[in-house]
Amino acid sequence: MDAVAQWRNQWFDYTQYLRREGFLDDQFAQLKKLQDENSPDFVVEVVSLFFQDSEKLFNNMAGALEQNVVNFKQVDAYVHQFKGSSAWIGAFRLKNVCINFRNFCEAQNLEGCLRCLQQLQQESSALKNKLENLFRLEQQIVAAGGSIPMME
Amino acid sequence: MGMSATDSQFHVLAVDDSVIDRKLIERLLKTSSYQVTTVDSGSKALEFLGLYEDEQSSSDSPSVSPNNQQEVGVNLVITDYCMPGMTGYDLLKKIKESSSLRNIPVVIMSSENVPSRISRCLEEGAEEFFLKPVRLSDLSRLRPHLMKSKSSNQNQEKQEDESENSETQSQEQDHELEQQQPQTMPPNNNKRKAMEEGLSPDRTRPRYSGIATLV
Repeated sequence: MDAVAQWRNQWFDYTQYLRREGFLDDQFAQLKKLQDENSPDFVVEVVSLFFQDSEKLFNNMAGALEQNVVNFKQVDAYVHQFKGSSAWIGAFRLKNVCINFRNFCEAQNLEGCLRCLQQLQQESSALKNKLENLFRLEQQIVAAGGSIPMME
Repeated sequence: MGMSATDSQFHVLAVDDSVIDRKLIERLLKTSSYQVTTVDSGSKALEFLGLYEDEQSSSDSPSVSPNNQQEVGVNLVITDYCMPGMTGYDLLKKIKESSSLRNIPVVIMSSENVPSRISRCLEEGAEEFFLKPVRLSDLSRLRPHLMKSKSSNQNQEKQEDESENSETQSQEQDHELEQQQPQTMPPNNNKRKAMEEGLSPDRTRPRYSGIATLV
């Protein structure tokens, strides 16, 4: 089997794994549709922007949760924002943590909020890792002279 | 004085306070062959459209120039609902209350599926309500609104060509526009249609039938 075919097979397996485990959902495929010759690095750009933005949001959330009197509405606003961004890139698991997080905000449950923030950070880190693997695979395919398969 | 704006690409003004959302919306629109301008707030959107905060739609506001809107040539505004300061709903209201801008179709986007919010926006004159994340396929519903707006713009431009002699008489032009604004379709038709189609599989239509709101 030639190099391109090997890398493509790996790509298929990996994307199936990511979908199965809920790291990514359909929306990620939608994102890929927006990448073309005019915007060849679009997905990587969006993903980078997402992780940059999430760092900021995590800091904001942490800061808000450290206050003597916690402003849960403010925390909720940050989570809402993060949830929105997660949805755009198809980050299914992150989205779900956000749903729990917002429930804890509404219940003004500090413990629950802190747990969720930690979860978000962990899941975010894991997703970043997975995506880096995926992008690396894609680079290998292109380097071997092949084209990246369509995601469906 | 350009007739060219109406013949070339449609120009969409996208409003969203989130940098990621702006990037996505811009890409979606460009991929669909629209010319795009993005701004991060309702007030910047109004500025871009040539309508300033301190000048309401009163008849003696000299700087509200319909000519500005024609030059800028915005054919549609697509805006996020939840924004700090001026919400998408507030922006929608201001546009619909403005004699020079009210024919511009407005589309609202939101990540939350809240039926009361959706009806409120549709009742205020929004043409469509998109749930985020917006997909390429959703954008096809922009076309009919743009085609409608394009033909009414062409009408307006004809009137202005005929009546235009001096630059400073924006009051007159305001008045003329008001007289000649074609009511192509009673707004209620669109809104009712949008709500009736709530049961279609189409994901942009709000689903009212017994599905609890997911947050």
